[in-house]
Amino acid sequence: MARTLINVPATAKRGEVVEIKALISHPMETGFRTGSDGALIPRDIIHRFACTYNGEEVFSADLFPAITANPFITFTTVAEESGEIALSWTDDQGNTQTETAKITVGQDPVE
Amino acid sequence: MTPWNPNRRAVLKTLTAATVTVTASAALSRPVHAQGAARVVVIGGGFAGGTAARFLKGHGLDVTLVEPNPTYTACPLSNSVVAGLRSLDRQTFGYDGLRRAGVTVVHQRASKVDAEARRVTLGDGVALDYDRLVLAPGIDMNFGALPGYDDKAAEIMPHAWKAGPQTTLLARQLEAMEDGGVVVMSVPANPYRCPPGPYERASLIAHYLKTRKPRSKLIVLDAKDSFSKQRLFQAAWEKLYPGLLEWVSLSSGGQVTSVDPASLTLVTDFDRVKAAVANVIPPQKAASIAALAEVADRTGWCPIDPVTFESRLRPGIHVIGDAAIAGAMPKSAFAANAQAKVCAAAVATLLRGEKPAAPKLINTCYSLVAPDYGISVAGVYAPSDGRLADVEGAGGTSPLDAPASFRAKEAVYAESWFDTITAEVFG
Repeated sequence: MARTLINVPATAKRGEVVEIKALISHPMETGFRTGSDGALIPRDIIHRFACTYNGEEVFSADLFPAITANPFITFTTVAEESGEIALSWTDDQGNTQTETAKITVGQDPVE
Repeated sequence: MTPWNPNRRAVLKTLTAATVTVTASAALSRPVHAQGAARVVVIGGGFAGGTAARFLKGHGLDVTLVEPNPTYTACPLSNSVVAGLRSLDRQTFGYDGLRRAGVTVVHQRASKVDAEARRVTLGDGVALDYDRLVLAPGIDMNFGALPGYDDKAAEIMPHAWKAGPQTTLLARQLEAMEDGGVVVMSVPANPYRCPPGPYERASLIAHYLKTRKPRSKLIVLDAKDSFSKQRLFQAAWEKLYPGLLEWVSLSSGGQVTSVDPASLTLVTDFDRVKAAVANVIPPQKAASIAALAEVADRTGWCPIDPVTFESRLRPGIHVIGDAAIAGAMPKSAFAANAQAKVCAAAVATLLRGEKPAAPKLINTCYSLVAPDYGISVAGVYAPSDGRLADVEGAGGTSPLDAPASFRAKEAVYAESWFDTITAEVFG
């Protein structure tokens, strides 16, 4: 399991635009570098990131070898209802790591 | 003698090679009128400006140094003042030595630079005409780059990144803190003044806490994942300050994105950290006169020619020291001193209508991780593809494995270096 850091607001007003931050510790090995033995170091990157809000995908991104180690992704979504935000990262081996956070959305709409 | 990194010998060899004088000649720039020496104005009386003024005078030029403050407070070793190990008086130098060397010192702020007319206007309205201008203004805090942080906030959360009252303020706050308090430091991304400086400061604050307030803790929030002399620092921290000093890297969420002075809180992308004492080292930029003279670019720093240190944006103006973009060279007092000597020689050569030859420059930085534990890094630099680049195979750092006696010697060398350079500039 890679180390992750996530920041999802615990509370929000209905209709509020909220910012979500996600960082995963990952080498993002490009596949273009050679090791000390002269052989290519195999590519090993996170190639897919996705965020679901109560099961519905609200944001996703394809990542490529040019993206830095320890990719840090920030995006916004609209807080519609209380529930669960799930963030998932998928690497080249097909392993997916998922982190979740609860968000409580108040009854009063954002003015 | 203790075995030393062989790279250090390469440094010394290159040093000798670099002192060979330049004799190339080519008709360049406009020749200076015959009567009287050419006039050079130097703005800023720190390590870069002070050295430049002295060496320009040594080249027989008419030199005026413009510096608003009557004394200079040096940054190197000021982390020892923060940790209560040294008095600020020992960091303070006057300008009488430069006057004795024949430099005209004017304690005014430069308020305007007219590159077309080759004229500097001072705060009192006096105008100084120059044949060439050397800008060595140092840094300003880039307050706009860290929300919540400004001059007023710095009175509560000191940066202490310009030595003087800020240094004293941080030292007093540490003294006044109760045992068990959490000290939080914020370190910016590159480039900034003195790359290993924050880690020396962290070390010496940790030393202060260990010896005086052992229940306390130091958290270092960093906008970087790697830093100068990192392996040496981290090995020393593990040995000297286990459990006391926590370094939080960029990829561990260490980048401070805003501060709240009212609650002494530092905000990162993932956390809010409350401090008993907060030392906020903000992002920086070339001091404001650089922007006024239109020699700073969008980065806030000054692009220069690596042979002459002449501005890429305004001919006739040279920029040295922390304000300049000097490629691989760090922003340090040693580098500023080396650049000033090269720049002074280049200015004298240009004023004779000749073409300066490519220089080699050297930097060495000592850091203390405890009062009797010093480490160092050295580098050699030469112009390459229009920038100052590292000379491959030269330079290096202190060995990772070394006896305590070796570290103790390097701590002595640090102080000797300081005495030597300040005597050369201000003596």
